[in-house]
Amino acid sequence: MKIKEIAEILEAKVVCGEDDIDRDIRCGFASDLMSDVLTLDSENLALITGLANMQVIRTAEMADVNCIVFVRDKHVSNEMIEVAKENDMVLLECKYSMFNTIGKLFQAGLAPVY
Amino acid sequence: MEFNYEVEGGNFAKAGYAASSVKKVLKELNVDPKIIKRVVVALYEGEVNVVAHAYRGNIKVDIDTERIFIEIKDEGPGIPDINLAMQVGYSTASAMVREMGFGAGMGLPNMKRNADTLDISSSVGKGTVVELTTYLVK
Repeated sequence: MKIKEIAEILEAKVVCGEDDIDRDIRCGFASDLMSDVLTLDSENLALITGLANMQVIRTAEMADVNCIVFVRDKHVSNEMIEVAKENDMVLLECKYSMFNTIGKLFQAGLAPVY
Repeated sequence: MEFNYEVEGGNFAKAGYAASSVKKVLKELNVDPKIIKRVVVALYEGEVNVVAHAYRGNIKVDIDTERIFIEIKDEGPGIPDINLAMQVGYSTASAMVREMGFGAGMGLPNMKRNADTLDISSSVGKGTVVELTTYLVK
């Protein structure tokens, strides 16, 4: 699934990385606990989280995650966007709850990590 | 080559700065991306530990052709029971640390999983030293 499709399904706003929305995403992982994200080994993964702080971006940087969906109408800061840009990440902001977001993506065929 | 980074206890805005810098260096050195990921994940968890628990710390990263050696040394409360701290789920982290997305008792286990060797020595009331080695050639 392309990032562009994820954005459409979630009616999400692309706040960073507009040029890379044609990139393919193979699976999704939803967590507000960054240590859990740091245990993953998957490539082309979208992180879905309700946590909006710099540690989410740093975690994604270390875990080679380049697409993050922020749910529950959480907003990213300019500092977060700056570091995300340096690392070629796409950031999406979506108004849906975590449950709703994941349900929509799962139904559309986005695979779980495990 | 050797790199040194200062870590400020409690400053979550800067946590990850050292791991981010080391990642850039290892990329430039054309280290296998899988090894880079293991090293920076372990280092990042270690950096977060210093920010979360200590007053200040210093990270030394020494890279040669055979291995990457990291020493994370902090001035802080120390760890009274290292075996307990190594258990998944055991945590003494504050509410603030949990709000940052950490503090679930996974830091040290994650570090162990991502390093070839992990050594911890700690002195209560003084601080902790964590040494990690990752081999580039097996």
